[in-house]
Amino acid sequence: MTDAFAALSRATPLLLLGIAVLIAFRAGIWNIGAEGQFLAGAVVAAWLGTRWGITSPVVALLVVPALAAAAGALWALVPAWLRSRFGVLEVITTIMLNFVAVYLVGFLVHGPLQEAGHTYPQSDPIAGAARLPALVAGTSVTWALPTGVLLAVAAWWIIARTTWGFALRAVGANPLAAAVSGRIPVERVGMGAFLVSGAVAGLAGAAEVCGVTFALYENLSPGYGYTAIAVALLARLHPLGVIVSALFFGVLEAGAGSLQRVAGVPSVTVYALEGLIIVAMVVVERRTRRAAA
Amino acid sequence: MSAAAAQLSGIVKRFGSVQALRGADLSLAPGEVHALLGENGAGKSTLMHVLGGLLSPDEGRIEVAGAQVRLRSPREATALGIGMVRQHFTFVPRMSVAENVWLGRPGLRFERRAAQEVVRRVGEATGLHLDVSALAGELPVGLQQRLEIVKVLSRDVRVLILDEPTAALTPGEVADLFAALRHLAASGVAIVLITHKMREVLAIADRVTVLRRGAVALSGPAAAQTPGRLAAAMIGEGAAADLMAEALEQSAQAQVSQGARSALSVRDLVVGGRGSVDAVRGVSFDVAESELVGIAAVEGNGQRELLRALAGLVPCSGSVVVGGSAQVSFVPEDRQSEGLILDFTLAENLALGNLHGVRLRPWHLEQRAAAVMAAADIRAEGPTQVVRALSGGNQQKLVLARALAQRPSLLVAENPTRGLDLRATADVHQRLRRAATDEGLGVLFYSSDLDEVLALADRIAVMAGGHWRWVGPSERTRERVGALMLGAA
Repeated sequence: MTDAFAALSRATPLLLLGIAVLIAFRAGIWNIGAEGQFLAGAVVAAWLGTRWGITSPVVALLVVPALAAAAGALWALVPAWLRSRFGVLEVITTIMLNFVAVYLVGFLVHGPLQEAGHTYPQSDPIAGAARLPALVAGTSVTWALPTGVLLAVAAWWIIARTTWGFALRAVGANPLAAAVSGRIPVERVGMGAFLVSGAVAGLAGAAEVCGVTFALYENLSPGYGYTAIAVALLARLHPLGVIVSALFFGVLEAGAGSLQRVAGVPSVTVYALEGLIIVAMVVVERRTRRAAA
Repeated sequence: MSAAAAQLSGIVKRFGSVQALRGADLSLAPGEVHALLGENGAGKSTLMHVLGGLLSPDEGRIEVAGAQVRLRSPREATALGIGMVRQHFTFVPRMSVAENVWLGRPGLRFERRAAQEVVRRVGEATGLHLDVSALAGELPVGLQQRLEIVKVLSRDVRVLILDEPTAALTPGEVADLFAALRHLAASGVAIVLITHKMREVLAIADRVTVLRRGAVALSGPAAAQTPGRLAAAMIGEGAAADLMAEALEQSAQAQVSQGARSALSVRDLVVGGRGSVDAVRGVSFDVAESELVGIAAVEGNGQRELLRALAGLVPCSGSVVVGGSAQVSFVPEDRQSEGLILDFTLAENLALGNLHGVRLRPWHLEQRAAAVMAAADIRAEGPTQVVRALSGGNQQKLVLARALAQRPSLLVAENPTRGLDLRATADVHQRLRRAATDEGLGVLFYSSDLDEVLALADRIAVMAGGHWRWVGPSERTRERVGALMLGAA
């Protein structure tokens, strides 16, 4: 039973980040920077939780997610601006900013945000009021999970049932036709998708710090932002599919440890498997496309 | 006569349940220009892909220079001296002309001098000269087409296949190309020319073969043919007569009305171009309601910029007044890249540019699409079919139907029939005509096919060097308009 909750807990950031990746990818924005945007959100959550003396859960629930999302969006704003202003490929800039975020976290937990004893490279535990209550007592499954499911449904509704979503899909599928025949402001839509994607990733960072780890430290994310790309691709960029694929990857990663303990299969096999899934998905995508043409 | 340069006999090719070729024959003599005609889907391209080694036939024999061969890849076809110029460009835009010509040769090094020498040699032999160091992507369309041909000729070619090489060319460029082809044929190369334009067939071909539904409908000396007979072979007797009658009726109607009210009034319009030179340099003209105005121009004389400025896609200065609803609809030339989103459904493509509010109701879009499909005679499985699977003609009808669904008072169209076959072209012309006569729209279009401008337009204007000049009724001949396009006073 605890294993199931571990899987759900693991699936939560993957679900949120999968949604983030999907929103960008559907608009033709190759945001590989969910990892960095996630960390930006986590940093803000840890900073607010440890340094602001939050005592009211209501304030925490309003302020922390909002500012973490803003931080994620800000982290995405840099590559978004570079892309629209100079045409710099966002694939490169977002990956590079992931490293910046990783080392920024390293600096913070050795410096300004280090715990009071100055012994361990991590922050103080965040204030009790800033912590997300567990959905099931004694587990680290929080309200972030149902929120993620709701968010996935909302993303589906917006993408499939609103003109904004239509514009997003049009820009992603053929920006030239979107501009010429659809009179869609391609730049603005792309920029918007990029920022929303960053904001959702930032939210995931806050959910992790406030719901699971209660502190900031190095290696907070075991590559959630990259796995999320596999999550989104396995769902074939369908928002509802992401719920299923995030669960699948959650089970896979949560089970990696027992795999090693019980069956003697190295846990890294799971990550190799994830890589193979991405490759297989890309191939299948290509094949079906060619068959349709 | 010596052995055929290439001979295809009884070629059968199936794609799943569709039989693209049902025993087609084609014989190419050295030194002849052989025109290959047929509607879209008649099997022209499939047959040429078989000869070019891109497809292997299910049945049939291929002989090259008298010996039976099996062509398993384009490389093998190339080795046998079969060269193919595809309809869609295949050069690398960011590479120079010389680099593009060298591409695909064995070896790791790019030998600049040798490559430049090859381009020069082909230029001298055929008259198809090119600037070796120019970037391919920056060449005008006519020269890009030329590059594609030079690329193929840079190898030892005995059979040259050209798939609609004149689709993007001006009359002058077509004349140059044909002169070069004559030259090549005289040196013993067999040339296959795939085309939709009957005038070209009669102008240059020695022999002509017409395919209909995967089989040869007519084959013989070009001199013995007339446009009527070729059209009949292409689409079947009865249908040809109908199309002809319709065309005649339309040109008769065209003379009737000259709407009094203005659909478009342009004064001193200036549109910037690449660099410091303006593409459109202060033009003024009017288009009346119910009037079709056609622009004839050589590529790069400001016609595209003018149309796009009127469509509101590029900034301009000067005064533009659109009458009636003030709505301008635009039909872009490249339906696949600018006109449609190929992975979207028919209903979604029809919704492009026609959406209001926030809620999107797919079933509404589909209902609307079904109505439009019926009205515009778009053949598809249904409103949810992905547009990629539609034929070129149906795709173009879709783009046109969407433009008209916006209830414009002015329709602006770029090369509205580019790459379409006879029947689809006739359909599009009829739609444009009806839009003008029945719905009172002003229609302003540009076509790189001078014959189309002459056939379709009520009034013709020529653009040269960014200036506008009306063509008087007495000047309405191919020769005179051609001269004006080149800047004659």
